[in-house]
Amino acid sequence: MALDITTARPWPALLDLPWRLPLEDWPEERLAALPRGISRHVVRFVRLEGRVIAIKEIKADIARREYNMLRMLRRLGQPVVEPVGVVAGRLTKDGEPLDACLLTRHLQFSLPYRAMLSQNLRPDTAARLIDALAVLLVRLHLVGFWWGDVSLSNTLFKRSAGEFAAYLVDAETGELHDKLTNGQREHDLDIARVNIAGEMMDLQAGGFVGEDIDPIAISDRIIQRYNVLWQELTAVERFDADQRWRVDERIRVLNSLGFDVGELDITTDFDGTTIQIQPKVVDAGHHSRRLLRLTGLDVEDNQARRLLNDLDAFRAAHERQNDDEEQVAHDWLMQVYEPITRSAPPEMRRKMEPAELFHEVLEHRWYMSEKAQRDFTIEEAVQDYIDTVLPDKPDDSAVVGVDTDAIPVRANR
Amino acid sequence: MATVTYDEATRVYPGADVASVDKLNIDIQDGEFLVLVGPSGSGKSTALRMLAGLEEVNEGRILIGDRDVTNLSPKDRDVAMVFQNYALYPHMTVADNMGFALKIAGVPKSEIRSRVVEAAKILDLEPFLDRKPKALSGGQRQRVAMGRAIVRSPQVFLMDEPLSNLDAKLRVQTRTQIASLQRRLGVTTVYVTHDQVEAMTMGDRVAVLKDGLLQQLDTPRRMYDHPNNVFVAGFIGSPAMNLLEVPVTEGGVKLGSIVHPVKRDPLAKTGDKVIVGIRPEDLTPASEGGIPVEVDVVEELGADAYVYGRTDVGGESDKQIVARVDGRQVPDKGQTIHFVPKGEGDHLHLFDPESGERLGD
Repeated sequence: MALDITTARPWPALLDLPWRLPLEDWPEERLAALPRGISRHVVRFVRLEGRVIAIKEIKADIARREYNMLRMLRRLGQPVVEPVGVVAGRLTKDGEPLDACLLTRHLQFSLPYRAMLSQNLRPDTAARLIDALAVLLVRLHLVGFWWGDVSLSNTLFKRSAGEFAAYLVDAETGELHDKLTNGQREHDLDIARVNIAGEMMDLQAGGFVGEDIDPIAISDRIIQRYNVLWQELTAVERFDADQRWRVDERIRVLNSLGFDVGELDITTDFDGTTIQIQPKVVDAGHHSRRLLRLTGLDVEDNQARRLLNDLDAFRAAHERQNDDEEQVAHDWLMQVYEPITRSAPPEMRRKMEPAELFHEVLEHRWYMSEKAQRDFTIEEAVQDYIDTVLPDKPDDSAVVGVDTDAIPVRANR
Repeated sequence: MATVTYDEATRVYPGADVASVDKLNIDIQDGEFLVLVGPSGSGKSTALRMLAGLEEVNEGRILIGDRDVTNLSPKDRDVAMVFQNYALYPHMTVADNMGFALKIAGVPKSEIRSRVVEAAKILDLEPFLDRKPKALSGGQRQRVAMGRAIVRSPQVFLMDEPLSNLDAKLRVQTRTQIASLQRRLGVTTVYVTHDQVEAMTMGDRVAVLKDGLLQQLDTPRRMYDHPNNVFVAGFIGSPAMNLLEVPVTEGGVKLGSIVHPVKRDPLAKTGDKVIVGIRPEDLTPASEGGIPVEVDVVEELGADAYVYGRTDVGGESDKQIVARVDGRQVPDKGQTIHFVPKGEGDHLHLFDPESGERLGD
């Protein structure tokens, strides 16, 4: 049988990988990180032409199915890892067949939850991870995706201005439907609850999080957060015809949650005295789309919100409320954003994404001001941040996996 | 433990013209292992998901015991989907890995322990309860996952193609394990597969579905010996039953150059043609006359061999035919030999060419 490589773009370097060896036996020098831990499948990370690729060994039909599913989800604009390809028809040197491999591109600056929690950033980190996962689950459910194995392990997290943005990394059990039934949504939530509790109990058993945290309370949070968000996004609202401002209000609430309303169903009863509204199409990324339009910056939604706030502050401080919004945005980008994000030395710059660095500096300035009880210029804040904070920050860009002791396994550069 | 009843249960997807599951009626006994089998698009998975609460039931109802669960949420039905996901947590002991879901459900500690120990005994995992999953073999880890479902002691186990991501060898092993475990536990189980061999080897009874319609519900033996229609005849059994459309003549059916005697009654219900079904093991070579078969491939299995060839009998030319022969007397490739039904033809199956329904017993 000949090696059969399916990939969205031709990538000859793939041919150089040792496909005739079981993934488990790939030589260390090929790997971007040393593998450890228990997983259902063998998973390895390799560095290929400057990119880190995750390789998972599974049966060919399942690999192809997951590959197509991930592609479909990306086309639907969902936050999922980028599928690179499927390598099937593998044989050992003795002609024994080997399972196929699914290749995905490692999401830069993303972290597995174990690494997030072991860095012990803030006491409520776990809660914020759950919040991000709830947003992801709602988004997936809105497009009709039933996950079937919702868990922190099957998710990667990126920092987003003090919050997190969650990405789906494992779609093996997933199914795409036109519309999910309530039973399917509830089942996914139930799976999420059990898995999250299990994952938190495991971290506790390993001594990585304190005994004071309550795994069951944390796992219950996914259900609460999900239900609140689902309700906001899909509920039918009825009001008197003279309360038409409530249509705008609903849209404003959805925007503040980070969603745009693509389609709103508005109906009146037969004599026109009451109005009924229900959002039909909602798209996440309200703030990031606006920022992208104004500045060309493509960042996570919460980072975008933070940047837009700063942009508004800039506009007010320079009394330019009447100027063209795009012109002001351009000046802000040139005069504020870029100087700050470029000010860090190159070897430190890769520790986090520019937008996250910008957010951190703004936060830092606030803390400096509070402590000294006076204002600081942004230049002073940048310098102080680079001198005192950034050197101790973990290098997010290189974490590609974690071992069972929750120590991030770092890629060799 | 409980019975399960599908009562005219129907699922129509929004926008679809035809039902994915159409008026399904199945009574599953307490403790029974029922397999739903069929090709893709047959509605087997949908039927299972209706029971799990993942698919809506548009008409009819579903009962677990005497309880109508048609409109209950999945978690209120007291069913367990087994094998759906079995991540093991490395820092937790085997016992905790098995019992943690009970902790979430608020079950008291002492009861969790006793249920875990009980499940571990059945699964031969008792000596490992205080170890970490790392110390277990692949098969043992899988049993821990099963244990997670067992300790919940649900009324019904649901399994949707649980073996599909295992390799062939492990699949056969696990198949046997699941079947024997189910018998020891005596928990009513509904199992979905596309693989008829899996269905026949595991189920107490097998339900064959096609296009959302139940084709036959029987024990594996009865299903094999007495398929109700042409679809079941061709679907159950490996290699598949030979199905030939042949002329009806005075006193029987015409198989090539011979007339094979068949009772008059069943043939009275059909026209001048009938579909004859003969399993590969019910054919035997004849010195002369019968169904002429040009041999393409001989698959030698030792004691037996399967002859794969082509025949003109049955109207269409180059009709595929399979016959089992003595492994010590195999024909050569390219040779033409004649086959006739064994004995009196007791194992001959007759089907109506129009409706595909079985004729006679």
